[in-house]
Amino acid sequence: MMSYVFQFGDVWRNFDELLWGALLTVELSLGALLFGLVLAILSAYGRLSWPRIASPIVGAYVEAIRNTPLLVQVFLIFFGLPALGVMLSADEAALFALTVNFGAYATEILRSGLESVPSGQIEAGLALGLKRWQVFLKVELFQAMRVVFPALCSQFILLLLGSSIVSAIAAREMTAAANDIQSRTFRSFEVYLVVTALYFVIATLFSVALETVDRLVFRRQDRPRALS
Amino acid sequence: MSRLFSSNDLAFILLATRWTVLLSMIAFAGGATLGLAVALARVSERSPLRFAAATFIRIFQNTPLLMQLFLVYFGVNIIGMNIDPLAAAALGLILNAAAFLGEIWRGCIQAIPGGQAEAGRALGLTAYLRMRLIILPQALKIAIAPTVGFLVQIVKNTSLASIIGFTELTRSGQIVNNATFRPFLIFSIVAMLYFVQCWPLSYWSRKLELRISSGKT
Repeated sequence: MMSYVFQFGDVWRNFDELLWGALLTVELSLGALLFGLVLAILSAYGRLSWPRIASPIVGAYVEAIRNTPLLVQVFLIFFGLPALGVMLSADEAALFALTVNFGAYATEILRSGLESVPSGQIEAGLALGLKRWQVFLKVELFQAMRVVFPALCSQFILLLLGSSIVSAIAAREMTAAANDIQSRTFRSFEVYLVVTALYFVIATLFSVALETVDRLVFRRQDRPRALS
Repeated sequence: MSRLFSSNDLAFILLATRWTVLLSMIAFAGGATLGLAVALARVSERSPLRFAAATFIRIFQNTPLLMQLFLVYFGVNIIGMNIDPLAAAALGLILNAAAFLGEIWRGCIQAIPGGQAEAGRALGLTAYLRMRLIILPQALKIAIAPTVGFLVQIVKNTSLASIIGFTELTRSGQIVNNATFRPFLIFSIVAMLYFVQCWPLSYWSRKLELRISSGKT
């Protein structure tokens, strides 16, 4: 009973809109990656330097974010914060929510990496007269990053794909662009099929690019290739 | 204008939690069944099966869950069947969970040393019996912790069902918020209700992981 006729014409006519949305999606994800990483590094450093005060706060932050849905976090930030007097545009709320979300996962990932750095290295750094923060930045962080880079990459791909959720508050990105086109043309399935393919291409390109970065920066030719 | 947030609203949100729980259970039960098939296909000796499973996993792990739900929702309508949001959400979540669980379990199956399967072969066991009697029972032990961890993911994923119009926890919060406009309070309650479902699972998964890494299985 396939009486449905697929019509992709409307999608191709609005394809520039989708590509523009794709660019915004990439921008949003990279922004959240950057700010989220900073947040994670600060959290990790806080845990080391002021364990008594920072550890419970960072721990609560990580647990709160990891055990609630991103969509609810987005709503809480976009609808909830204005009630407390903080006005954010949809785009700002989206970036903020994705940053806070990615920051929590990155904090947890980074922690496991930092734990893998032998304590002798830290002592050696201190013995050489480096300050604690210098040891953190120059000795621990790079080695931790080497260990956790693949995990951070998969988390980034999840961030990239998860960013489609912010279309729920009409922040501008690819899914929102698809929703727009869909509401004008009623070609829902066709539009979402094309957008899904675009997400797939973007995610795959990023996976390949990040794998290359990993090889070049951390020189790890020895690591077995991921899922073939 | 807007009415006050009352105990009725709170009850509405609390009661909507059961739909989140139900949807999570459906997604896990269906996802686990299909996921086991995916995992077995992924380690099969037949290369077309391996390829099909790998493609399935790759597609679902590299596209947004929201798009998967949209495509199921609109796709089923296309073939001329009316699908309600619950069924669409359930189907989408099952397929997604199957891909992720399939990949997790593939790793567990392949973690069992090859000597085990060889010993089974030497004993004259068929491929089916080797898998059922030797590999899977051992893989199960290491699979429990990551599987429980993924349950947290499933519970959180069900929130996306609200976007295709199924009234579970998140959407009940939206509905109440539209009427009472107390977003901070309402979405905090909603977040809390997710937290009480997810945190025990996270905690349990971490415990199991520790027990495995310390060798007391």
